[in-house]
Amino acid sequence: MTAVLEIAGLQKTYRSRKGVRRALDGFDMTVEAGQVHGFLGPNGSGKTTTLRTLLGLIRPNGGRMAILGREVPASLPEVAGQVGAIVESPQFFGNFTAQDTLSLLADAGGVRKERVVAVLELVGLRDRAKDRVKTYSLGMKQRLAVASALLKEPKLLILDEPANGLDPGGIREMRTLMRNLAESGMTVVLSSHILGEIQLICDSVTIISAGRRVAAGSVADVLKTHTSLSVKVALEPGVDMRNAIELLRANGAQVTVEHDHFTVGNAGNPAQITRILAEREIYVSELTPMSADLESVFLELTGTAPVEGQNRQVDQSAAAPAPASGGWGQ
Amino acid sequence: MSLYSAETRRLTKRRFTKLFLLGVTLILAAVAAGMFFTNEKAGPAQIASAQAQAQQDYQRSLEQFQRDQAACQAAQGTAQASNWPPGCEGMIEPTAEDFQAQWYMPPTFDFRESFPDMVTTLAALLAMVAFIVGASFVGAEWSSGGMMNLLLWRPQRLRVLGTKLAALLVFFTALTVVFSAVWTGLFYLIAQARGSSESMTSGAWQSIALMELRGLALVIVAGAVGFGLASLGRHTAMALGVTIGAVIVFQFGLGTVLSLASVKFAEAYLIPVWMIAWMDKEVKIEDYNSCDFSSASGCVPDSLTLTWPMAGGVLAAVFVVIVVASMWTMRSRDVT
Ligand SMILES: Nc1ncnc2c1ncn2[C@@H]1O[C@H](COP(=O)(O)OP(=O)(O)O)[C@@H](O)[C@H]1O
Ligand SMILES: [Mg+2]
Repeated sequence: MTAVLEIAGLQKTYRSRKGVRRALDGFDMTVEAGQVHGFLGPNGSGKTTTLRTLLGLIRPNGGRMAILGREVPASLPEVAGQVGAIVESPQFFGNFTAQDTLSLLADAGGVRKERVVAVLELVGLRDRAKDRVKTYSLGMKQRLAVASALLKEPKLLILDEPANGLDPGGIREMRTLMRNLAESGMTVVLSSHILGEIQLICDSVTIISAGRRVAAGSVADVLKTHTSLSVKVALEPGVDMRNAIELLRANGAQVTVEHDHFTVGNAGNPAQITRILAEREIYVSELTPMSADLESVFLELTGTAPVEGQNRQVDQSAAAPAPASGGWGQ
Repeated sequence: MSLYSAETRRLTKRRFTKLFLLGVTLILAAVAAGMFFTNEKAGPAQIASAQAQAQQDYQRSLEQFQRDQAACQAAQGTAQASNWPPGCEGMIEPTAEDFQAQWYMPPTFDFRESFPDMVTTLAALLAMVAFIVGASFVGAEWSSGGMMNLLLWRPQRLRVLGTKLAALLVFFTALTVVFSAVWTGLFYLIAQARGSSESMTSGAWQSIALMELRGLALVIVAGAVGFGLASLGRHTAMALGVTIGAVIVFQFGLGTVLSLASVKFAEAYLIPVWMIAWMDKEVKIEDYNSCDFSSASGCVPDSLTLTWPMAGGVLAAVFVVIVVASMWTMRSRDVT
């Protein structure tokens, strides 16, 4: 497989009257051809900044980038024809119709006129194409944006939060569309903070937090390396859980207490649990491995899991990779 | 070329452009209609009527004079004598000279004399429209995010902005040429119907053509300045609000300060004078506080003459500075 998109050591510091803000701090990213790649990160972690820099809208302070094997921004004019992109819910001139907007873009980019009709059909705007964009809902504008990115029949499609403002039906359609596009050979990079979304359609992911990559790889790999197996443990009815919990904690287990059961977060070897408890004659009635999901990995890696009694502020997220949680009891 | 035609299409598709063109067309039509209806051809009938009216007024004032003189003579030696000049002297008898027929002629449109003002009117109106449309053309694009979309399509910033500017300027050049031709034709017809164009020599035509060419330059510079300012500020309001506001305040403020400080030729620092110098080929500013005494003509005020090459230099400098500045910021500033 070849890399369609490579970013190494990307740095970007915004300077304004209010001071400097380091948005990207040595960020790396690689996307292989033909994949749907999820670009995940909490609000303000630098996703949009990365995409803007990649597309030549802002100038980086350091680092290297390549699209389709060509250095950018130097070769951007040559590769631009093969890259379709939307960055941060794009706005369109409100007084033009969707049709006009796209046909002007087609003109400017030297794209065949038939594509306009085709992409409008593809994103479901055919019947509203003659309405002024001003009259569109957020979701319809988002669809128009996707249509504009698809106009060139790109090899690489970059979508910044495409699910913004879409209804559940729209999200599902978008998902199907992405999958179909990927099957036709297009590489899709999808930034999002909605994890269920990404887990459903992405082959691989890059997770960014505070301007740095904290995890990358196929969804399965990321899940495997960044979660340790957690198990749900229930005891015989009538048995006091507190003893059991203290016992396990004393042995280094991460225990979360629920209403009628508890979970052990770092259960690399679940047999340990039964052995320790059985030695004290506490018997387990249920021991269920819990499937890991991207959301918990994301929350852990980015340090954005909600903590009771605290209001997390947007810039509070983990800057460095969280230490890999060791398998307890192995 | 595809980018250029897309930009031209975008410009002409905008309702803002259409609205302003319609507006300026209506204003121009009103001016032409006004000139048509307030002027009359100076034929034998008009001359005869003017002569008759001059004669009539002369007779009437002569009679009045004679009546007054009689009354004065009669009043001599009575108490009313003080109402009249002593000895009835100093009462001036009106002459036929005082009632010339030409002053009784209806206004007539002499092409050679009156058309240059119309050329200036056209150029000023079109320049204003070019400024506003140019500013909004790029300003709306910046503030709506359309510019970012376009840059995603064509990641060549200077080319995108340059093409946009070229499309704007070519459009306004074509527009000005067409409007000037129609305007000239229209007033030629008005002169035929309501005045005369007899004094138009080929030299006079040439000077009108040159004046129209200077008008075209004014329109182009105005369009480019509006465009450049809006692009610098990345918003239409930047060009419209700030410029119009600043120019008015600055010009009034500066004018007042300069005249309070009794700066010589204060008007030379104000924009309209330069516009007039450009269109009318020269403008003479006089300093009435000074006195160059000469025995032949007494006190002659100092004067400063601004000529069209000087004004042209100013226009070119403004054009270059603003276009270069907007291109430079386009190249170097982040698009967010
Ligand atoms: N134009 C800008 N000027 C200053 N700071 C900015 C600008 N754009 C983004 N930032 C800051 O950079 C950080 C990353 O922003 P962004 O890339 O938009 O995050 P994301 O898209 O992941 O939500 C944020 O802290 C944001 O406040
Ligand atoms: Mg963003």
